[in-house]
Amino acid sequence: MPEFVTEHRLNILLALILLGGPLVAHFADEPFLVTLATRATILALAGVGLNIALGLGGLVSFGHAAFFGVGGYAVGILASHHQTYEPLMTSPFVINGTNQMLVLWLVAVLVSGLAALVIGALSLRTSGVYFIMITLAFAQMIYYFAISWPAYGGEDGLSIYVRNAFPGLNTLRPLDFFLLCYAVLIVVLLAQWKMTGARFGMALQAVRQNEGRVAALGLSPYRIKLAAFVISGMVTGLAGALYADLNRFVSPTMMSWHLSGEIMVFIILGGVARLFGPVVGACLFVLFEHAFGSVTEHWQFFLGAALLAVVLFARGGFIGLVAGRVRHD
Amino acid sequence: MTVALFLEQILNGLQLGVMLFLMAAGLTLIFGVMGLINLAHGSLFMVGGFVCAAVAAWTGSFWIGLVASLAAAAALGALVEIIVIRRLYDRDHLDQVLATFALVLMFSEGVRFVFGSFPLYLDPPAFLSGPVTLPGGMLYPAYRLAIIIAGLAVAAGLGLLISRTRLGMQIRAGEADREMIAALGVDIRFLYTVVFALGAALAGFAGALIGAIQSVQIGMGEPVLILAFVVIVIGGIGSIRGALVAALIVGLVDTLGRFLLPTLLANVMEASAARGVGSAIASMLIYLLMAVVLVFKPKGLFPANA
Repeated sequence: MPEFVTEHRLNILLALILLGGPLVAHFADEPFLVTLATRATILALAGVGLNIALGLGGLVSFGHAAFFGVGGYAVGILASHHQTYEPLMTSPFVINGTNQMLVLWLVAVLVSGLAALVIGALSLRTSGVYFIMITLAFAQMIYYFAISWPAYGGEDGLSIYVRNAFPGLNTLRPLDFFLLCYAVLIVVLLAQWKMTGARFGMALQAVRQNEGRVAALGLSPYRIKLAAFVISGMVTGLAGALYADLNRFVSPTMMSWHLSGEIMVFIILGGVARLFGPVVGACLFVLFEHAFGSVTEHWQFFLGAALLAVVLFARGGFIGLVAGRVRHD
Repeated sequence: MTVALFLEQILNGLQLGVMLFLMAAGLTLIFGVMGLINLAHGSLFMVGGFVCAAVAAWTGSFWIGLVASLAAAAALGALVEIIVIRRLYDRDHLDQVLATFALVLMFSEGVRFVFGSFPLYLDPPAFLSGPVTLPGGMLYPAYRLAIIIAGLAVAAGLGLLISRTRLGMQIRAGEADREMIAALGVDIRFLYTVVFALGAALAGFAGALIGAIQSVQIGMGEPVLILAFVVIVIGGIGSIRGALVAALIVGLVDTLGRFLLPTLLANVMEASAARGVGSAIASMLIYLLMAVVLVFKPKGLFPANA
């Protein structure tokens, strides 16, 4: 029990650090650092999404960049139609573009959830190493589709000239946009915390530990895994929607397999199946990228070496080092 | 559309297919014997291409470059197996994916450090640089034809190695029951290193051969790696025969899809739209094929250990 309390307190501390750092940066007049923290927050949200499938459900998806990109493109496409005042479609009914984040997020979540439903329904027919390869392959399919589909920029991507709007905030100010992303992250983390203790979360973790027993209890492991995969894809899609507005640009690189790998790296750096694991991991990643990227152009070599060392010698990641092992499992 | 053009596309599809087989065979062997998923296989492909191009430019001989690339890929494979991969066999797939992903990052930056960011170019040997006349009067690049023949020869050699030699017997036994052959006195650690080096050599060979068709650049192995995964999923993990059949199917479907779809769609829509839609669908075709195979045969066309 005391170990759990440690992780709980650590999480609150981490949440406060992630909020406090950018506030200090803002008042020290360092808007670049606020934007850097926003990037870490959004990548953390993408990792939180994957952690639902990977950490809780044991579903090693190597294709989550696809949902990240689909969420981003949902925002990019609707925003581009808003910019040109051309409706997205006119028959059988008219759909106009929009610049309202709340609407854009809803669409991004629905579309990425739909993509996750189709990909998950097929991929979950298999397991283990097949599942890894198949999720990777389907993500690559969507990546190539985005490259070769000329209507929305193809390989060059799509620009969003003005960041989309949120009621009551000036999203163009770095601090306002950071606080918005931070609020989304915290809401999702609270929802995941609630879900982990609820019946669905219990069933999902049981499926990871022993699928046969869950089936013997009369539950359908396939449906539980599929539901988790869809929720996971939706959260990562929401992160993609925010990322599109952060960069005011979407392109097929959002779906590249490197990004799928990086989202997975956030989780392992922070700690698999830990609530705040992806948050710590994404922050460490962005700090690492910023610190080494300014010193050497070969920073990815050192990232690889660090990752290798964590995988081989420091299982449990950062939270595992600080807060000790997970109680059960 | 003429028959000659169609035949040329079929040969191009076969050439892509044997290339994918060389990659997929190593991956599927390594998975079958050691139970390891290796993302760094594409990096060995890249290393093969770079070493061949660099040595060929230095010595002036494509053949010395080819031998050097085989040796370099095999040696690097053995080294990586001994230093890193060996520690991953009894880990779960997540650790294997992440550790080999880390290797991909390190290899890409390492190659950039050694060879620079600019692509290298590699010329095929002089006597293969022109076209050959096939029966029926059709012209086809001699080098591409040589790749098809070399690939099929390697496939046959690999088949003989596995079914006829002592090493092959140990590999098959390793696929069936690792603990048992270790108990029978086979040096299993050495066997694993040999299998990994063999897979690496196949990938390096493929990279060197492809290097004379495309430019040799950082990340050239990654699209091929993912296509090889599709091949393995369709063929059935651990099955060399499945890898061969699936590689040829994927090579043909991908090449013919890119060639035929825009033309076929032009019959039902206007030409420019048909080109856009056709190329977009063609780029997805093999993944759709994989989805169909998954629905009907979740374990692939030739499930191993069935």
